[in-house]
Amino acid sequence: MNVAPLTELFATESKSLLRFLTCGSVDDGKSTLIGRLLYDTKLLFDDQIATLTKDSRKHGTAGDELDFALLVDGLAAEREQGITIDVAYRFFNTERRKFIVADTPGHEQYTRNMATGASNSDLAVILVDARQGLLTQTCRHSFIVSLLGIRHVVLAVNKIDLVEFSQSRFEDIVADYTKLIAPLGFETFQAVPLSARYGDNIMARSARTPWYQGPALVEYLENVDVAEKAVARPFRMPVQWVNRPNLDFRGFAGTIVSGSVRPGDSVVVAGSGRTTHVKSIVTRDGDLAEAVAGQAVTVTLEDEVDVSRGDILADAVHRPERADQFAAQIIWMHDEPLLPGRPYLIKMGTRTVGATFTEIKHKVDVNTFQKLAAKTLTLNEVGVVNVASRDAVSFDAFADVPETGAFIVIDRLSNQTVGAGMVQFALRRATNVHWQALDVSKEARAALKHQRPAVLWFTGLSGSGKSTIASLVEKKLYAAGRHTYMLDGDNVRHGLNKDLGFTDADRVENIRRVAEVARLFVDAGLVVLVSFISPFKADRQMARELLSAGEFIEVFVDTPIEIAEKRDPKGLYKKARQGLLANFTGIDSPYEAPENPEILLSGGEKSAEELAEQVFNYLSERNYLHSDEDAGDWTI
Amino acid sequence: MPNVSSNRLTHLQRLESESIFILREVAAEFRNPIMLYSIGKDSAVMLHLAMKAFYPSKPPFPLLHVDTTWKFREMIAFRDEMAKTLGFDLLVHTNQEGLAQGINPFHHGSSLYTNVMKTDALKEALTRHGFDAAFGGARRDEEKSRAKERVFSFRTANHGWDPKNQRPELWNLYNARVKPGESIRVFPLSNWTELDIWQYILAERIPIVPLYFAAERPIVWRDGQMIMVDDTRMPLLPGEAPEQRMIRFRTLGCYPLTAAIDSTAATLEDIVQEMLVARTSERSGRLIDHDDAASMEKKKREGYF
Repeated sequence: MNVAPLTELFATESKSLLRFLTCGSVDDGKSTLIGRLLYDTKLLFDDQIATLTKDSRKHGTAGDELDFALLVDGLAAEREQGITIDVAYRFFNTERRKFIVADTPGHEQYTRNMATGASNSDLAVILVDARQGLLTQTCRHSFIVSLLGIRHVVLAVNKIDLVEFSQSRFEDIVADYTKLIAPLGFETFQAVPLSARYGDNIMARSARTPWYQGPALVEYLENVDVAEKAVARPFRMPVQWVNRPNLDFRGFAGTIVSGSVRPGDSVVVAGSGRTTHVKSIVTRDGDLAEAVAGQAVTVTLEDEVDVSRGDILADAVHRPERADQFAAQIIWMHDEPLLPGRPYLIKMGTRTVGATFTEIKHKVDVNTFQKLAAKTLTLNEVGVVNVASRDAVSFDAFADVPETGAFIVIDRLSNQTVGAGMVQFALRRATNVHWQALDVSKEARAALKHQRPAVLWFTGLSGSGKSTIASLVEKKLYAAGRHTYMLDGDNVRHGLNKDLGFTDADRVENIRRVAEVARLFVDAGLVVLVSFISPFKADRQMARELLSAGEFIEVFVDTPIEIAEKRDPKGLYKKARQGLLANFTGIDSPYEAPENPEILLSGGEKSAEELAEQVFNYLSERNYLHSDEDAGDWTI
Repeated sequence: MPNVSSNRLTHLQRLESESIFILREVAAEFRNPIMLYSIGKDSAVMLHLAMKAFYPSKPPFPLLHVDTTWKFREMIAFRDEMAKTLGFDLLVHTNQEGLAQGINPFHHGSSLYTNVMKTDALKEALTRHGFDAAFGGARRDEEKSRAKERVFSFRTANHGWDPKNQRPELWNLYNARVKPGESIRVFPLSNWTELDIWQYILAERIPIVPLYFAAERPIVWRDGQMIMVDDTRMPLLPGEAPEQRMIRFRTLGCYPLTAAIDSTAATLEDIVQEMLVARTSERSGRLIDHDDAASMEKKKREGYF
């Protein structure tokens, strides 16, 4: 067995780390390139090569040769379809550096996964197929990586073997690309002609491209200087966790994201504006004389100031911005579009806060970089928006300090991460006068109330218990923090419908008006309880058709007439039997029972309380009511 | 101010900071987190990082060991010693139903055994205690479906993983929001490689189970792999007699399912040197991984760590 010299053992400890991503269109050979890098840097083990050989025969697209793409396409679905769906992380090292590679998908549909890979990378390797040249995806990928803060890009012109190692083809592509990225402002740019499959210009310059004088890909990656000037920037440490092991110690745990700090330094708590001095920088390995960007530490302060998770400890002179309105670039990552006015959560640093988008200023066509007008942002779209947060937040412009200028957007109901944001600048209230332009829709109003608006239409004979049950249901909804309104004969007939009598025509008009009012209340975001005999199927159908699918819930209170008549709470049956009341439902006017009500309540058998519970459960099981947690505080 | 840059941190320092950040996020955001402790080298590093992350406090979560009852005896002894020395609460969970049925790796096959005594046991423990976050020591370089996994990996109320529908994960802004019953598996060592782990253990002098160091141990050959005879429950074939051999383990699991390697590496320095020239992957010693190329993904979808 070979024994590595001990010097190498310790040399690897002090290597620097480069995180980069590869992106390109389908079939540009991203995965092949990464497989090649692993293979050529001897990072593949014998048993992995054995598995690869087996898999290549089964799924491979490289004939009898090893199909390196199969090494990185780790999901069964990816291997079967021969595409990359999600980002895969791979690791290799050379004598100079350690590398973490994010292999990201090229398909537009998986842009969010590409953004995931890009957000933690220092550099992007953009692949193009030498035969195809630049594609719209090349534009999109370059734009997105620049958006997410990557400042260094390598253009890998792959499959150069398939264009006879043509210098002019390579130079044409590089010229096109240089023009393309001019507006994106990358700090460094290097183009390399290569063949991932055959290894040309991967580790060393290839004899087959004698005209190329630049570095081979790995050679370049080993040497490129991507060191962020994070330490030269102002001190920032978002507080993650307050460390209180006992009454004598109160420390603030967090990772320094920008600048450096020493005991004695003057710092400000960005939220309150209180200033104090750093007392000590505590770690388990001993107190530090200085801590710099990238280090996870626990800081104690000279004064007893109020600091909690979500606060930022910052340079007392160069303070972060603080505002509850700001402009930001957004990349949207969900099938459900971004809706202005809808409440979301944003997580910025260690702070999570409720926020809405008040305005979409424009979206950007990621293929042409053109600004376009927009009312929403759909999946994978990028735009500039104004954000209003429930409480003021502390931040920097993403361009200045990415770590305190980035945020994610979380859907309040599904908890999905639906977008990524990059702060541009704070807005003063006076400069943001666009509230009236806001499109407040039914969905927006409902979302604000954390409920799905609907009409519970209680129908049944007089004395069946409709109103009793409906008011019990309303009490339960109220207790659960839901917004409701009840419409019944008492509050409608005395006002809105006092001109109507009890003829069939008036009954129809009565129901029509009630249905229309119910519809307006649903539009306002409420759960509406309608309690009317409403004996005619056609009228109930008319009400149903006024509303969208799922918004009309017919509740049939099926109480036998004998029981209803026995109860006779208002003495109406008695009057009707005595001939004092004409057109009384069930006596001399028909009741058309629903055939397929959403909810059937057996009025004679169970108590009103049990029946109300049945209605409440129906709502809760079908997600009309969202969890209590979501109805809670805006600030988490 | 001297013009220093962030790459003055070495790659191990960067990895350490990243892991500590992740540990703290979980402690701050979740109601009831747990750290899965498998007693191996990765768990040892994870535990060490947890001690650093919350110092001078103790880590604000207990440890959970899913005990299949087939771990090496030295692992169990080491586990109890570590919990005592570091002052952790240690929960030990065994699938009692599986135990009562006598499910074991010899007679029931590795697949069924793993399912019942590891995956089911884990799900049972997580559900019973209502943990909403569980740390695991898995690394992305171990296996290709793990290479695809997020640091905060969402699990349904049934503990299932949907690899095709993972939450986007941007920067270090981890989304910790779950509904009741749902949970997040958190992997603080995602970006570490096996070599990083050993270099860190060496640099920090982290205690590890002695089985990682070479010694004369009794083994038998099964399917070309060396299996250590750790106790009398191991059924020997007719005429089979354990031989003493200089071996060590590169990875530790259940003893009947974990193959040893020939080695004379008796110190951490020896191990790191051996790692630098290794030609086989770490998980080649894990018998349960070889069923087919997608076997890990399948197990993970079902709730395996």
